[in-house]
Amino acid sequence: MEAFGLLLHGFAVLLTWKTLALMMVGLVLGIFVGVLPGLGGPNGVAILLPLTFTMDPTSAIVMLSCIYWGALFGGAITSILFNIPGEAWSVATTFDGYPMAQQGRAAEALTAAFTSSFIGSLVAVLLITFLAPMISSFALKFGPPEFFAVYLLTFCSFVGLGREAKHKTVISMSLGLLLAGVGMDTVSGQLRMTFGSSELLRGINFLVAVIGLFGISEILLTMEERLALRGHAASISLRVVLSVWKDLPKYWVTLLRSSVIGCWLGITPGGAIAASFMGYNLAKRFAKDPESFGKGRIEGVFAPETAAHASGTAALLPMLALGIPGSGTAAILLGGLMVWGLNPGPLLFVEHKDFVWGLIASMYLGNVVGLVLVLTTVPIFASILRVPFAAVAPMIVVSCAIGAYAIQNAMFDIWLMLGFGVVGYVFKKIGIPLAPFTLALVLGNRAEDAFRLSMIGSGGDLKVFWSNGLVGSITTLAIVLLFWPIIEGLFARVGWTQGTRATSR
Amino acid sequence: MKAAVVLTAALCSAPAFAGWEPTKPVEIVVAAGAGGASDQMARMMQAAIQKNNLMKQPIVVSLKGGASGAEALMYMKSSEADPNKVLIAYSLIYMLPLSAKIPFNWRELTPVSVIALDQFVLWDNSAGPKTVKEFVAAAKAASAPFKMGGTGSKREDHVLTVFLEQKTGAKFSYLPYKSGGEAATQLVGNHTESNVNNPSENLEVWRAGQVRPLCVFDKERISYTSKVTDTQSWADIPTCKEEGVDVQYLMLRATFLPGKVTAEQQAFYVDLFHKVTQTAEYKDYMEKQALKPIFLTGKDMVQFLEEDDAVNKSLMTEAGFVAK
Repeated sequence: MEAFGLLLHGFAVLLTWKTLALMMVGLVLGIFVGVLPGLGGPNGVAILLPLTFTMDPTSAIVMLSCIYWGALFGGAITSILFNIPGEAWSVATTFDGYPMAQQGRAAEALTAAFTSSFIGSLVAVLLITFLAPMISSFALKFGPPEFFAVYLLTFCSFVGLGREAKHKTVISMSLGLLLAGVGMDTVSGQLRMTFGSSELLRGINFLVAVIGLFGISEILLTMEERLALRGHAASISLRVVLSVWKDLPKYWVTLLRSSVIGCWLGITPGGAIAASFMGYNLAKRFAKDPESFGKGRIEGVFAPETAAHASGTAALLPMLALGIPGSGTAAILLGGLMVWGLNPGPLLFVEHKDFVWGLIASMYLGNVVGLVLVLTTVPIFASILRVPFAAVAPMIVVSCAIGAYAIQNAMFDIWLMLGFGVVGYVFKKIGIPLAPFTLALVLGNRAEDAFRLSMIGSGGDLKVFWSNGLVGSITTLAIVLLFWPIIEGLFARVGWTQGTRATSR
Repeated sequence: MKAAVVLTAALCSAPAFAGWEPTKPVEIVVAAGAGGASDQMARMMQAAIQKNNLMKQPIVVSLKGGASGAEALMYMKSSEADPNKVLIAYSLIYMLPLSAKIPFNWRELTPVSVIALDQFVLWDNSAGPKTVKEFVAAAKAASAPFKMGGTGSKREDHVLTVFLEQKTGAKFSYLPYKSGGEAATQLVGNHTESNVNNPSENLEVWRAGQVRPLCVFDKERISYTSKVTDTQSWADIPTCKEEGVDVQYLMLRATFLPGKVTAEQQAFYVDLFHKVTQTAEYKDYMEKQALKPIFLTGKDMVQFLEEDDAVNKSLMTEAGFVAK
């Protein structure tokens, strides 16, 4: 119970009016930057970082982490209202959140997103509080083969568990993998597919692609459907919030599953993005009526948001203990730590107890205060939908363009974003799912590097993926998931499955 | 050291630079990922400049580590005549154009100052061999590939690995990671047998007793004698030459402005970074990261760069890393 005492000490450090005021300021700023698509968490935190230089480290980190929470909460808002994910892990939230908003259930979707963010983060913070030392040693077990196995698991779960036609998923994923290869290849140090262009040198930025694929293509579709997105009754009251909360216990399995997936992938350095997709896919798989997913089902919001925020929070642990940031925003926070002379590493927890426990306590407080704050502002955000589409659309396009530009200060990225908008439109028309494409674009490079490093390390022997219990079980699970439909079919044939499911098919 | 002192004196006696001052926030461009040595240096400068009020405009650090740092180089190249961007450069300015045929030449930028020289140290896991001799013997005896982690491919870490192979006759499998921090963690987790990280990249895991420094790739030992771990200081690490492996490499840490800025603008930054080297933050940072102090600017800097370029080119050619 040493952790508990330290945590109480952390709270004692925090509970002053000054800190609480800083917290509120941080959260409001965070929500604000989170709502602007593309500006998002990393840029927002980077811009606001210098504000904190004059503060003492504890106040500063409280403020920064509150900006971080605010941005996490805020990211869900654009995903749901406009189908534009602000951070990589908000992509899966759009699958059901956006349809809900279109059906006039924006307030419900937002409440669900915020609440599940809160739950996911809370579970992860509890984990950090009590298991920090153990978890950081777990993260050290991950070498190239283990990383590859995790990525493989994500890819396979997409193919095996997805509802879309398998060949379409594979086509979409392959295209994503192809584009992920553009730019510098870390392993050989050579350029690939850049065709002599210095713009392509950087590779294709994932967020630029996502803003185009989801945001711009959606505008195109809506225009075609004669401005169908219109002021739906977006009324919200305490009643909506309470009714969503009342239903929460019904979804405890989904929430728990997503929290576990999120925490597990979050502490795997760099695994945070995969979490929301996996949370979503598994929720869909285990639902009684998977067909209703993607059409505005509240579980489709709960599952990815819980997983994303559990992993986003858990990702702070490898950052603190190992110095490896799990997300773009965490990377900026890392820079902040270094400004105050706090070097992330195994000794941070020993030498800077005040700071670490202050940070952990601020995670609890920031989360609670943040939830209250965003819930009270839901009506304001939801009312954006009442503005006629003709007025909102140009604003969305402009803010998409600003967002795409701001990521790397490159005009080229705006053209790229528009190009992806058209690609997204075509994909939607011919029924090719976008999610596998984005997933492959964001993880393709890492998966490739991890695979090739594994091969260098083992001298080209594939057995390295079964060389210990950890990597072996992940790889095996991945392959089982890939062939899940066939395996399930076999089980059904020998009559060894839940009777209801077999007969209902 | 002497040269630096003379230079410092020369600088102080120069007339005060009145005139140009940045009118927009200044961007420090880092050609590497978050948490790496360049990022840490940028953060130190950010803190030193703002805490000591050395400049009116705020400083923003922007990480442009894409394409192994080529992103930052191209960004600087395309920002001609913009005096609000400062690149923190290291050996990639020589190596990337050679290995990946990036259309970049450091002579197109405006040199400001060389602010430090960075060391390379041979590290292994604290459970591994205790001396260079044992380490080399273990590498030679290994049946499975003996893994050396490092940052990037065909760059300083890779070059050092090749020369280590040439001098010792041992064979390593070089694993290129994305950052020095990752290479450090992978060594701690026993996924590699060794790495050749800069002191700053392995500092925290060394203090935690998870890795062991075997030797430093310089002709003399590091000068800092205060204890870093319970028993050792930087000065306690032998040079590789002492241990019978004569491989040496020092890496510059320098600042550049984009091309075509005015002499006044250049002078402002020369003065600014000179002031930075006088701050407590800088001195503390240099010692903590075991960097070699140096301050070169103007003609001396260009001469240093030309010589350094030639050395790097010959190393790259000898290692077989120059793209045809």
